[in-house]
Amino acid sequence: MRLINLKPGRYSSFLGVLPFLILAVVYLVASDARHALNEEDKLLPTFEALWDAVKMMVAEPDEMTGEPILYTDTLASLKRIGEGLGIAAAIGLVLGIVQGVLPLFRSLLSPFSAIVSLIPPMAVLPILLVIFGMDEPAKVALIAIGVAPFLVRDTQQRCMELSDELLIKVQTLGGSTWQIILRVVLPHVMPRLLDALRLSLGSAWLFLIAAEAIAASEGLGYRIFLMRRYMEMDVILPYVAWITLLAFIMDWILVLIIRKGFPWYRKEKA
Amino acid sequence: MSYLQIRNVWKTYEDNVILEKLTFSVEKGEFCTLIGPSGCGKSTFLRMLLGQESTSRGKILLEGKELSIEPDSDRGVVFQKYTLFPHLKALENVMLGLELERSPLLGKVFGPSRRKIKEEAMEMLESVGLGSSAAKYPSELSGGMQQRLSLAQALVKNPKILLLDEPFGALDPGSRGDMQELVRNLWKSHNLTVFMVTHDVKEAFELGTRLLVFDKVRIDPHAPGAYGATLVNNIKLDKKERKKGGNDDVNTYETSLA
Repeated sequence: MRLINLKPGRYSSFLGVLPFLILAVVYLVASDARHALNEEDKLLPTFEALWDAVKMMVAEPDEMTGEPILYTDTLASLKRIGEGLGIAAAIGLVLGIVQGVLPLFRSLLSPFSAIVSLIPPMAVLPILLVIFGMDEPAKVALIAIGVAPFLVRDTQQRCMELSDELLIKVQTLGGSTWQIILRVVLPHVMPRLLDALRLSLGSAWLFLIAAEAIAASEGLGYRIFLMRRYMEMDVILPYVAWITLLAFIMDWILVLIIRKGFPWYRKEKA
Repeated sequence: MSYLQIRNVWKTYEDNVILEKLTFSVEKGEFCTLIGPSGCGKSTFLRMLLGQESTSRGKILLEGKELSIEPDSDRGVVFQKYTLFPHLKALENVMLGLELERSPLLGKVFGPSRRKIKEEAMEMLESVGLGSSAAKYPSELSGGMQQRLSLAQALVKNPKILLLDEPFGALDPGSRGDMQELVRNLWKSHNLTVFMVTHDVKEAFELGTRLLVFDKVRIDPHAPGAYGATLVNNIKLDKKERKKGGNDDVNTYETSLA
């Protein structure tokens, strides 16, 4: 039988878990091998050491804050990424619709936003740090600046794919520009904006961790870069896994919102 | 004075003349069918009636007043497709026109007046035979049902003229026949003034009370864009006479076109 015709059938979920299992086994073997040579090895900590570190960061209060470090770091990072994405989404929605629906404003703003979107956000970070110092706005602004241009351009595209026929029809129903934006454009754009937001989660985390690595006193990115100095892999590895899990949950929440809030969206696409 | 007057209307794009010297008038309650070969400007003419395109020269008067240069609720339209709002259920699609009229700020009506609008929209939905599909999204409706919904959506606004741009072009023969019947009945019961572009000559004869034939009469082979199409035949279809004469009449019309 050809490989293209072989279907996994009931082994499907097992196949999905397999790579994770293989990774765990490879890690275990490698870690054992390194510890056999050197009891003090820090590169690949044993599962016991990892577990102890996790207990420490979840349960033991930090001297500075009185809270466990994972708690303060997670809270700080989620607040930043939430605010950054929220601001980016708001900018994307407003500018995207304005540029997508109003030709006059498209001519006015499109060249400008096309150029602005080419500025590498990381190159702007020093400027943000000069302006905002070590305070929160610098990190939030980096995420917003990093993600917003994509959302603006994507939303503009989505608006422009509304058919001429539909826009004419709603005009013959007596709709004003404002009403058309509210009742036709906005429902069309919202689920698509959330889809675009899902795609930007990766870069949002990238900008968050970069900003925290350079200028922060708490946060998930700050912690892993701090621990790197002491080669504390037993903290860094669980942190990376935790960040991955958070990213996964955020994506999943967005999927749920799209599914529950816009039931017609999937039917329309199908 | 006639209901709709077309006075020496031209449409040109740069040096290309699309339509030239259109002059005729139409009375209230007429069902005009527009036919002609492709590229003869009949759809362009419909778009001018709609306000989607402007006239290059001349005037179009509706009840003595010049048509607005952008689409408005004087003119209802049904295109071949893509004219339903995918995020609204069938009933809400019909309600939209009424809601936009009553709520300038939100475009959405609440409370008791919403109930009234709902009833009105439901009545319209039932008149096109979609009463049982009120809670369905457009994507869940068949092609014929979508066109019915599109009709209901336009009619609920009581447009002064109803424009149909090949409304049955994408339908299978069965639902096409049903739709023709429906359009004829709605035209009678609502006393509509209709303009319908079609490729189907038989349909044009059967539905229309006036047949408007567009074609190019002058052709300069060295400058294809120099002359535009115009109205070559404006035929009043007298239904009574046709019934008496049977099919022969249709044939005479067709030979006169050729």
